[in-house]
Amino acid sequence: MIKALPPALVAFLLLLPPLVCSNYWLDVLNAIGVSAILAFSLNLIVGQAGMFHMGHAAFCAVGAYTTAIMNTALGTPVLWTMPLAGMAAGFFALLVARPIIHLRGDYLLLVTIGIVEIVRIALTQDIFGLTGGANGIAGIDRPYIFGFRIYKPSHFYWLIWGMAGVTIVLFSYLERSRFGRALNYIREDNLAADGIGINSAAYKLGAFVLGAFWAGMVGTILVSKMTFVSPAFFTFWESVVLFVIVILGGAGNLKGVLLGAFLVTGLPEAFRDFEGMRMFCYGAAVILLMIFRPGGLLPSRPGDYNVAEFMKKLAGPAPNPRSGEDKRP
Amino acid sequence: MIVLSLRNLVKTFGGLVAVASASFDVEDGSIVGLIGPNGAGKTTIFNLITGNLTPDAGEIFFTNHSIKGLAPHRIVANGIARTFQTIRLFENMTVLENVLAGRHCRMRAGMLSSLLRLPRQRREEKLALKHCLEELDFVGMVDQRQNLARNLAYGSQRLLEIARALATEPRLLILDEPAGGMNEQETGSLIDLIRAIQARGISILLIEHDMSLVMEVCKKLVVLEYGGVIAAGPPEVIKNDPKVIEAYLGQDLDDL
Amino acid sequence: MIVAERLSWVLKLRRGHKLNMEVFFQQFSNGLAIGGIYALIALGYTMVYGVLRLINFAHGDLFTSGAFLGYTFLVSLALGQSAGTVGAILLVVLLVMGVAAFLGYVLERCAYRPLRRSNRLNAVVSAIGASIVIQNSIMLIYGPQVLVFPAGMKPNVIVEIFGLNFPLMRFFLFGASVMLMLGLYFFINRTRLGTAIRAVAIDQDASRLMGIDVSQIISLMFMIGAALGGAAGVMVGVYYGQITFTMGWIYGLKAFTAAIMGGIGNIPGAMLGGMLLGMVESMAAAYISAGWKDAITFLVLIVILICRPTGLLGERVAEKI
Repeated sequence: MIKALPPALVAFLLLLPPLVCSNYWLDVLNAIGVSAILAFSLNLIVGQAGMFHMGHAAFCAVGAYTTAIMNTALGTPVLWTMPLAGMAAGFFALLVARPIIHLRGDYLLLVTIGIVEIVRIALTQDIFGLTGGANGIAGIDRPYIFGFRIYKPSHFYWLIWGMAGVTIVLFSYLERSRFGRALNYIREDNLAADGIGINSAAYKLGAFVLGAFWAGMVGTILVSKMTFVSPAFFTFWESVVLFVIVILGGAGNLKGVLLGAFLVTGLPEAFRDFEGMRMFCYGAAVILLMIFRPGGLLPSRPGDYNVAEFMKKLAGPAPNPRSGEDKRP
Repeated sequence: MIVLSLRNLVKTFGGLVAVASASFDVEDGSIVGLIGPNGAGKTTIFNLITGNLTPDAGEIFFTNHSIKGLAPHRIVANGIARTFQTIRLFENMTVLENVLAGRHCRMRAGMLSSLLRLPRQRREEKLALKHCLEELDFVGMVDQRQNLARNLAYGSQRLLEIARALATEPRLLILDEPAGGMNEQETGSLIDLIRAIQARGISILLIEHDMSLVMEVCKKLVVLEYGGVIAAGPPEVIKNDPKVIEAYLGQDLDDL
Repeated sequence: MIVAERLSWVLKLRRGHKLNMEVFFQQFSNGLAIGGIYALIALGYTMVYGVLRLINFAHGDLFTSGAFLGYTFLVSLALGQSAGTVGAILLVVLLVMGVAAFLGYVLERCAYRPLRRSNRLNAVVSAIGASIVIQNSIMLIYGPQVLVFPAGMKPNVIVEIFGLNFPLMRFFLFGASVMLMLGLYFFINRTRLGTAIRAVAIDQDASRLMGIDVSQIISLMFMIGAALGGAAGVMVGVYYGQITFTMGWIYGLKAFTAAIMGGIGNIPGAMLGGMLLGMVESMAAAYISAGWKDAITFLVLIVILICRPTGLLGERVAEKI
């Protein structure tokens, strides 16, 4: 009960803004929500599986352009394109990650930076004549839910934070599952994970594809909120910011990542008046944090499994529960 | 019946011949010790069996199927589990989570059912937890289940590696210097543990420098020198084999 | 070179252009100049990586600092009416190298030394933080706009070779980077301190036991790397005539690509990688597409990492089980 209180409180607080905040602050909160969802999906790859991936904006871009092209050229309603945007990004991740997942830490980092730059340049160069070059694509529809048009910041607030909520729940399930644990074993010791029966290459690829799928879906929300899309959304710098959110907040800890999103995306907005100094202070804070709190603000915690019911049986009458029999599936 | 059979296995690194046409068998339910001087190729043979290395020539049969060239995780799924010479636990995870790693290959839940926590996935998780606690109980570490692996004493870390390997339900357990770094008392209980594992019907292949342990638990010894098998047989026979005595520089094996 | 020449020829035939050797030689000399600059920056990455196994993300910003310092010095020299000569530029390069070395020292002391024993991920993020700090310091001092070097800051001499005109600046840049690299090469291979550097790169603990002050050597590596990067900054400023506070990212990224191409941690490799990258980029801009040239650079990098992850001159290392 007491354990459930803080999440309930946070959830309650998140219900308030549309009632009390100005549109400016709602926009800030929406920006935080978008980067939080992106950071959750990046956390799968960086925090859970321990792979240095600094090109997450590329996956978001693939999703965003999928929505933009389908909506403007074919007239497909925006929200219908969302799963397709996810699938396009996931498929793209499958293609590009397959040859590179075996690379050592910092090499992977560099290759993912290379990918995000290549994607941005390809979009700017109007690849296949589909992306509209440097100007991007404008005139994207607003999303509709059952005929209700979503266009005000407060509407988007519900859409974005609703998705963030679903993401937190699903990803926290994933953390304490066979899939999530496998990623953690790979992060801790890839070779030992292989040696104990985990197909590490497949799981790393899985993390990339799932992370990209989610980033692609965020791309849909992003373009429908802006009603246009351009390569400038998806610079290397955006990827770096996401990476910093994950590490700063706490790699592998969803609450930490959420906190990271608030600090990294939100704080600079709050200090807009100190335009020049704020990025300087931000950089200095990153260094200090890494020195004094290397696990991030909320470091990842080992899994706590409820084993009470089994413990009773172990302490029960049978002196050796393993008495010889060997069940094999 | 023979569980594991190596036939003329060869592995070279550049110009160095690590394993030169080695052949030996592990009988079902037996404990076999692989011994030899440092650099004789013992760990290389382990890595060939577990798929961490691929042999240049020769064959490896496990329960009459060739497992040569399979990826490590496939070999574990087939029923061969291992421990590492230099302990390789998942240090920042709990003891229980470490054992759950071994259970991975016997579980089915995929990405989607994990993400949605489907009923089937929850049942499977419960069974896995139960099984892992039993394995921890088996090695006597159930009370330490919430400790981080890196905070364990050295001997406990070795036991945890064994529990993790047992959780994969192996038919053959490969132990790389299980008594390394253990004191006499710990080695004593390790011998009991190895016998208890054998009693569960699991065959064991081990590398060990502690001759008292090897002589006591092994039914058969395989002696390696320069990557080749120079002798194989029961400990009493091996002890008096002139080739083996020479390999150990004329020392009496009882003194080792 | 024969390959590059053939390639360009084939591409031009495909595009229906007439064979034009001038374009090729212009791009070739341009490639030399840019390649030298990339090589100088790459050396800083490779030396730090060699001892710390850390990508010094802030290195590109040290390079930017060099460019801005160079601007300041050149403008003040202009007041003394000695601008526009090769001697003035050389003097500025030396001055900037000194200041950049100091900056490199401070950077290592503040952002990297406290993290030497911690997780690689943390060190990488701290490096990103340092990069943000340096970039924004430059922005606060010089402002966010593009700085244009006043006319007359560099010697605009054109040399004629076989009837083709080349700016002297290209050869000067190439020559200067080659001189600096040769200096470094002899320093590393022929001096006592250089031997200590190589020892630390191979095994820090053993070096410490042999009485080498490892921390001092690491500081020295940062200083040398920063000095070379600073020199490259001045050269870029003088060559292109305009600089911005964000230019370090892309140059840094490319130079790091060059370092990996050559085999990270390997000093001759960084030189080779830099020259190769400059050439690839220069040719790609002329014969494939100027807009795609950066993408081509990264594509080359990815292909190298997939096919030969240790780079062209690196050695393969296997993980011990």
